[in-house]
Amino acid sequence: MDFSFPKEHQLFRRMVREFAENEVKPLAKAVDREHRVPLETVKKAAALGLMGVPFPQKYGGMGGGEMGYCIMMEELGRICTSTATVIGAHTGIAAMSIYLDGTEEQKQKFLTPLASGRLIGAFGLTEAQAGSDAAAIKTTAVRDGNHFVLNGAKVFITNGDIAGIMTVMAVTDPSLGAYGGITAFVVETDTPGFSIGSLENKMGIRGSSTAECVFQDVRVPKENVLGQFGAGFLTFMKSLDIGRASLGAACLGGAQAAMEGCMEWTMAREQFGVPVATKQSVYFMIADMAAEIEALRSLIYRTAWLIDTHQPHIKEAAICKLYGSEVASRCIHKAVQIHGALGYSRDYWVERAYRDARISEIFEGTNEIQRIVLASNLFRPYGLRIPS
Amino acid sequence: MDLTLNEEQLMFKKMFADFCTKEIRPKGEHIDQTEEPPEDVLAKAVDQGFWAALVPEECDGCGMDVYTFTLMLEELGRADMSTALILSVHNCLVVKPLLEHGSDQQKAKYLEALSVGERLGAFALTEAGAGSDAAAIKMTATRNGSGYVLKGSKNWISNGSLAGLFLAFAKAEGGITAFLVEPEMAGVKVGYREKTLGLRGVPANTIYFDSVQIPEVNRLGAEGKGMEIALQALSLSRLGLAAIALGAIERSLEEAVDFSMEHIQFGGPIALKQIIQNYIADAKTQIEALRSLVLRTAWLADSGQEYTQEASIAKLFGSRVAYEVTNRMLQVHGGYGYMKDYAIERYYRDCRALEIIEGTSQIQQFLIARDIYKAKGLEIRP
Repeated sequence: MDFSFPKEHQLFRRMVREFAENEVKPLAKAVDREHRVPLETVKKAAALGLMGVPFPQKYGGMGGGEMGYCIMMEELGRICTSTATVIGAHTGIAAMSIYLDGTEEQKQKFLTPLASGRLIGAFGLTEAQAGSDAAAIKTTAVRDGNHFVLNGAKVFITNGDIAGIMTVMAVTDPSLGAYGGITAFVVETDTPGFSIGSLENKMGIRGSSTAECVFQDVRVPKENVLGQFGAGFLTFMKSLDIGRASLGAACLGGAQAAMEGCMEWTMAREQFGVPVATKQSVYFMIADMAAEIEALRSLIYRTAWLIDTHQPHIKEAAICKLYGSEVASRCIHKAVQIHGALGYSRDYWVERAYRDARISEIFEGTNEIQRIVLASNLFRPYGLRIPS
Repeated sequence: MDLTLNEEQLMFKKMFADFCTKEIRPKGEHIDQTEEPPEDVLAKAVDQGFWAALVPEECDGCGMDVYTFTLMLEELGRADMSTALILSVHNCLVVKPLLEHGSDQQKAKYLEALSVGERLGAFALTEAGAGSDAAAIKMTATRNGSGYVLKGSKNWISNGSLAGLFLAFAKAEGGITAFLVEPEMAGVKVGYREKTLGLRGVPANTIYFDSVQIPEVNRLGAEGKGMEIALQALSLSRLGLAAIALGAIERSLEEAVDFSMEHIQFGGPIALKQIIQNYIADAKTQIEALRSLVLRTAWLADSGQEYTQEASIAKLFGSRVAYEVTNRMLQVHGGYGYMKDYAIERYYRDCRALEIIEGTSQIQQFLIARDIYKAKGLEIRP
């Protein structure tokens, strides 16, 4: 057993931290307030190779594996959840779905521009009536010669309006259900018939966009079928499985930032003639944060190791997302409390972090869905099927 | 023991619910998004007697008992938390101390204006260096020929820019002392308005007292009595916050129940899922526990018994369940709960204030523990 990070990953963390401190941090407050995606940051991230960290270099990636990717997400999550969300949705689920199940040609054609950051990716799964129940999608893809014609609407799509490439799940045979009847497609968003409906006005991660994406007779060449025809649900679920580890890593960064901020503030803020850090009500909260953060850190990087060494990881990744998002929420809730009125003020980063953190318990599979995933995987070896 | 509402209380409750549902609830989203203090709503609330809830009938007030008053705050909290907080501060932290400690002359001068919507009350205690440690205030009140000169500044003063009367606390020779300060007095300046996570309809301002000359008749109570007056008022307002929390979580439950019956996943409304049912059942349990606590504390107050500790308990428990329930009810909404189109998003942000304002949870814990040990002869300090 060796728990130390390889030298190149240590250097990589230093590089990402500098990027996050110097390029992401100065914009974090403004993008939240102005409700805009920091595309200039995305460009700079691309120049550093940060839009394709886990993917092999031959597809324009950095070759950092899941380990490297989790390091980046932790460092971004420490500074700005919006930026982590934009890059995370692009890398961890959109590009990832092409990397996992794309053909060699598809990887050359679509993964390479994504991994190099020339184009931004989005993951088109959720629909108005298909959130937790992802298999209930209604978007259809009907064969017409060498094309499939897509019709329907996706909602809550991160990066939807800024994406050049979107992987989309559509029903190809309603009689076959989730396994057999749903196919994944790679859709170039400049294809006629693709349009953006409304943009969501969210509580947090306001520096990322959440779009309704409408498909009206969008003709997609049959070469753009991603993975096996009829097996799109599996492609999407596999992508989400891996994405959950890095989502947990972003939560780790957020929790860590909350704790560091609390330490700084409580040493400086005096009440009753002493720094508030010396009060047991306060330092016990900080101790609890530290305990959960270290447990989460071990979990995240162990799961990254499982993924990089091609071992089973579905349960562990679900736990990363479930535990990570709850740890982040608990830590940032305590951070607001410790900062008192200042924590409730929009002039200070804690308030933004509080709003941003809340989404992690919801998106990419609510925490209730993670528990269903976990229980299903726990009981399956015993032959018991867990209903959703 | 009889917990039923009497006829008058029932009548009030219905009136509160009708007015709040019709006039305030539809405005909640607008108030939050524009961050404009709900002046039109507050003006209408005057006719309902909400500005004079605790003023005795012989002084042309509503003469509500404390329990009826908590019913009012509950309904306000259910309709819009910003409006609820504004009226709670006005009634608990300004009108009530004036009724209890004011001279006849002071009541004659201010009570009517406070009752009829001419002057909204604000409570100016907190300073930059004196939050939890309220006794550490630095604002001074120096005696001169005709009264006192106030020098200093206050932070995070709810109702600040709307205020027609400040109950301000300053250090005089005899100790911390309360003063009734009109905003039109020379030297009073309303400063920075805080940008807040929630309760965005409540203007929370910095208030500057720049050598404000105060006539002696505007001193409330004796010199050095300020902290006692403040703490007494805060007891009532803490119970008030618990009542607002109660209304807020009833509303949150309502929103989540409706959503869970309409939102179809896995072939049926999510209300059919056991985990959703458990969230709903736990929320209802917390609501009823809080209701009992508010009711009992109000009964202590109405029957003239000491209720300081119970008020702290109600505030501590109420703000905690307000967070827990809004958090869970938001989760029931899934992604929709994160969007500003749904009321639960606002309630989640609004309720987060309750664990902080008018004495953080940690201060309530200290006060409760201090009383417990004091009864055993041990003195503890914050």
